[in-house]
Amino acid sequence: MDKKIICIACPIGCEINVHIEKDGKMKIQGNRCKRGESYAKDEILNPKRVLTMSIRVENGEMDLVSVKTDGSIPKKLIPKAIEYLKGVKIRAPIKVGDVIVENLLDTGVKVVATRTVLEDAILQLSNK
Amino acid sequence: MRREKIDVLVIGGGAAGMAAAVQAANEGVKTVLLEREKKTGGVLNQCIHNGFGLHVFRKELTGPEFMEELWKELSETNVVVKNNETVLNILPETKEVIAQSPEGMKIYKVGSLVLASGARERPFNSLLIPGTRISGIFTAGVAQKMVNIYNRMPGKRVLIVGSGDIGLIMARRLKIEGMDVVGVVEIRAEPGGLMRNVVQCLEDFSIPLLLSHTVIEIHGRERLEGVTIAQVDENFKPIGGTEKFIPIDTLVTSVGLIPQNELIEDFVDMDPINKGPVVDNLMRTSVDWIFSAGNNVAIHDLVDFVYEEGKIAGKYAAKVAKGERLPKAKYHFKRGRNVGVMLPQRFTATEPFKIYIRPKRTLESADLKIGGKTYRRYAWKLRPSQMIDFIFRDFESLTSKDFEVEIEVVENG
Repeated sequence: MDKKIICIACPIGCEINVHIEKDGKMKIQGNRCKRGESYAKDEILNPKRVLTMSIRVENGEMDLVSVKTDGSIPKKLIPKAIEYLKGVKIRAPIKVGDVIVENLLDTGVKVVATRTVLEDAILQLSNK
Repeated sequence: MRREKIDVLVIGGGAAGMAAAVQAANEGVKTVLLEREKKTGGVLNQCIHNGFGLHVFRKELTGPEFMEELWKELSETNVVVKNNETVLNILPETKEVIAQSPEGMKIYKVGSLVLASGARERPFNSLLIPGTRISGIFTAGVAQKMVNIYNRMPGKRVLIVGSGDIGLIMARRLKIEGMDVVGVVEIRAEPGGLMRNVVQCLEDFSIPLLLSHTVIEIHGRERLEGVTIAQVDENFKPIGGTEKFIPIDTLVTSVGLIPQNELIEDFVDMDPINKGPVVDNLMRTSVDWIFSAGNNVAIHDLVDFVYEEGKIAGKYAAKVAKGERLPKAKYHFKRGRNVGVMLPQRFTATEPFKIYIRPKRTLESADLKIGGKTYRRYAWKLRPSQMIDFIFRDFESLTSKDFEVEIEVVENG
């Protein structure tokens, strides 16, 4: 069986052909780097994605902080992960790289902040 | 009016401007960076998806993370960053720049200048679609800013017009945030954005992509109530009988970016294809103390390239401010077959440099030729959505001053 896959590892988007033998062995062609090979294998066996979205901040200069999974998670878990992260709320200040969820849905993958969000200056004053 | 004398003034605090300011300051000159918004970062602020930084930082970053890397670089320099400050005018005769700041009007007397003013989105009205101008129609970047920065949803049920990268990214983003994304319509026969975005933004989320389709009518009185879409022929004319009404309350457009050059277009040489200033490999415009980098020079698809250009512009702008004489750009590139956006257009032949080219159409495989000589064979598909970059260093055999750049299709390739 042959499967055509467009690689998403980088903007080039190689068109990869995966030939799957009866015994499950894969022959991968069309990729221009090693990352394409592992992407194509994953795409057949267990497709994975990095999820980026934003979550609510309670007392920040912005209402939201952008986050990402610090590694890829199984594609089929993405809808569940989105629902879960919509329910998460955190407090400023937040620094880029701060861990927001230690272990997302038991995947072993962290969710980290991808930007700095300082405390809202006016809120900070009124709390003093 | 306040007056200030500085060495290098950088206009625009996006990726190109921040990179330029860092590099200029590292050359030891007094550098000021002006940003009209309340924070630097430009569009990186709102591009929360990943795919940035693979060339420059050798890792895959999100937009804000790329921005924070630049903030780190900036914090290690003496660059003076001025937010909330907008440049109104550049006076080429006196090397003065007039800016509006929270403290009032200012005049900067500059040694040199880097214009890194980026691009704006092509507006919906430029599509000339009949119907009333009602609420519920947004450009993709505006929708992105609403959702990612201001925590506001543009509506409930959305159609995206145009399959540029920002449109594809926003289709996914709005779906994640709970909107009903009915699809993406693209007037051309192939997607405008990168294939990776078609896969990970549309296919992953089962969002339909309708190629050779466009919106032909807008319906609604105050708020958008729906649009009529239709299939188009090869001349982009709607085909009778294919019209379909789509009930939506939100239309998001991703139909291209326009370089912003109002500040310089009256007195520097402009490139009609790039819609930006003509530059040499030092990122110098036709006015020898004005440099430029990033999306106002030409629309790029990678922030990494924009960053690299910024560094070059900052470096040479600093040298000019210090009074150094830079080599002349004696050599010229001319566009040949299949070459669309291209930069630089001139070069000094004093050091290796990158030439960026956007092919005019999709080519199965092709050779890059400069001055009739083949420099590189691309054995894969070249698309207008992806710029190619090539390092040119072959200065030994320069026998003329004009070089035609062409991308020639490989026969039986």
